[in-house]
Amino acid sequence: MSSKPGPISLTKGNEAIAKGALAAGLHCYFAYPITPQSDIPEYLSKHLVERGGEFIQAESEIASVNMLLGAAACGKRAMTSSSSPGIALKQEGISYMAGSELPAVIVNISRGGPGLGSIDPSQGDYYQATRGGGHGDYRTLVLAPSTCQEAYDLTIRAFELAFYHRNPVVILGDAILGQMKEPLKEWEYQPNTEREAADWALSGAKDRPSRLIKSLYLADEALAGHNERLQAKHERMRQDLDWEEYATEDSEVLVVAFGSVGRIAKSSVRKLRSQGYRVGLLRPITLFPFPEERIRELAWSNRLITIENNTGQMVDDVRLAARNVADSAFFGVSPGRLPSPEDFLQPILEVWEQEEARK
Amino acid sequence: MALYTDVIIAGFGGQGVLLVGNMLAYSAMQEGLQVTYMPVYGVEMRGGTANCTVVISEEEIGSPLVMYPHSLIIMNQPSLEKFRPRLKEGGVQIVNTSIVPQSLLDGDQARSVPVPANDLANELGNPKMANMVVLGAWVEATGILSLERVKQGLPQVLGKSDERIIQANHRAMQAGADRVREYA
Repeated sequence: MSSKPGPISLTKGNEAIAKGALAAGLHCYFAYPITPQSDIPEYLSKHLVERGGEFIQAESEIASVNMLLGAAACGKRAMTSSSSPGIALKQEGISYMAGSELPAVIVNISRGGPGLGSIDPSQGDYYQATRGGGHGDYRTLVLAPSTCQEAYDLTIRAFELAFYHRNPVVILGDAILGQMKEPLKEWEYQPNTEREAADWALSGAKDRPSRLIKSLYLADEALAGHNERLQAKHERMRQDLDWEEYATEDSEVLVVAFGSVGRIAKSSVRKLRSQGYRVGLLRPITLFPFPEERIRELAWSNRLITIENNTGQMVDDVRLAARNVADSAFFGVSPGRLPSPEDFLQPILEVWEQEEARK
Repeated sequence: MALYTDVIIAGFGGQGVLLVGNMLAYSAMQEGLQVTYMPVYGVEMRGGTANCTVVISEEEIGSPLVMYPHSLIIMNQPSLEKFRPRLKEGGVQIVNTSIVPQSLLDGDQARSVPVPANDLANELGNPKMANMVVLGAWVEATGILSLERVKQGLPQVLGKSDERIIQANHRAMQAGADRVREYA
């Protein structure tokens, strides 16, 4: 892998993901349009095709996720994207890909829910992304970018991780990330896609024994062994943990927030810092694996508050991480309402006052 | 103190408020500054309300959304009613007084810059350029970016290089800027 800097452009988050996928050597893209992520298929319908890739607007989300499975089984770098209810429809296929150990990238630029909800920003799909809406004991790596640059960089990373672990990777963003524009520095990257799937892909069995890719294990003990292998793989994913920390050197209150809300909370933390409050921020970049050890470490010296644009989902993981050390307060902005830094000041200060009262 | 400013640009869908936001964001990027552009609009192409927030800073930008903006560009009356209460104390608002009654600005404590944008655009031959008029007015009133810089970005942002269109829009921006100078 080599990289060199490319052009800078004012780019929408959705387009940054599409550009990142192209930079990562995307071969195939299958999807059905839905707001607020339709800029991804729009961009790829032109640029992927120009580069000789396969672009298919499928007849449904279910068709597109099964096309994704097929392309992945052939060892191709393949991606689908959708938004919340569309991702719900893809869950069966994601479970089958995880069970069949197939690499693929699934982008969810989530919208308000439940049901058809609205096209507003929301982080209501945290459970869906990290627990899997599909059946069985599987995990997907989940990456949560908060800037357009990170959306580009993490899309490239998503393909690397998918092929390294032979596992689906979910990119979880929201309508803020998808619709926002920021300066984007593209970088060129030469993925070695020739050999990465050579020893398992269905590439034609001429001059070699035939291969079978499946998720069905009926023989005695076969499924148990398969699940144990998958579990060991989920453990190995911990090596790819990623998070951002801000002002945690001497913090006494720690804000935990991800994605768009993570950067909005950073503005709140900066403001409180400028007023002399020792507040810090931890923004998980990988939601699975979750940076639980670091949160647990910080829980010894910080009172915790988790902030989300939902009614409380990631806070479960923060509480699990800090169990027997500390609890986490929660502040949620309901999906359908746009969060701003001012919304978070009072809830953080309340936690600060509790900490002062305890001393 | 590092440079920081933000602006909310609001109006009816079709008035070109998102284009104004794109122009500011692009120009700030060309100036080497950090910038975010965040649009908020309904599912309609025309007729609904549209607004966008642009944040410009010398430092890394946290939130792309702003509750209390430093400045406003107001293209119609519903936008004035919605965003005026949120304008930061000491902030400036550019108001399109071709559509918003001037009387609504009387007695307002904020620094209001009335710009009859549709009328000025009409005089230049195309009422659709009202958005370019208020853009020029904002640039002149705030002094954050140079008008030359913003003018230069137009072909890239529009994706058009038709010299007649570019020149006409440049004249509209200039008219907005001149208006602010006369008013001051």
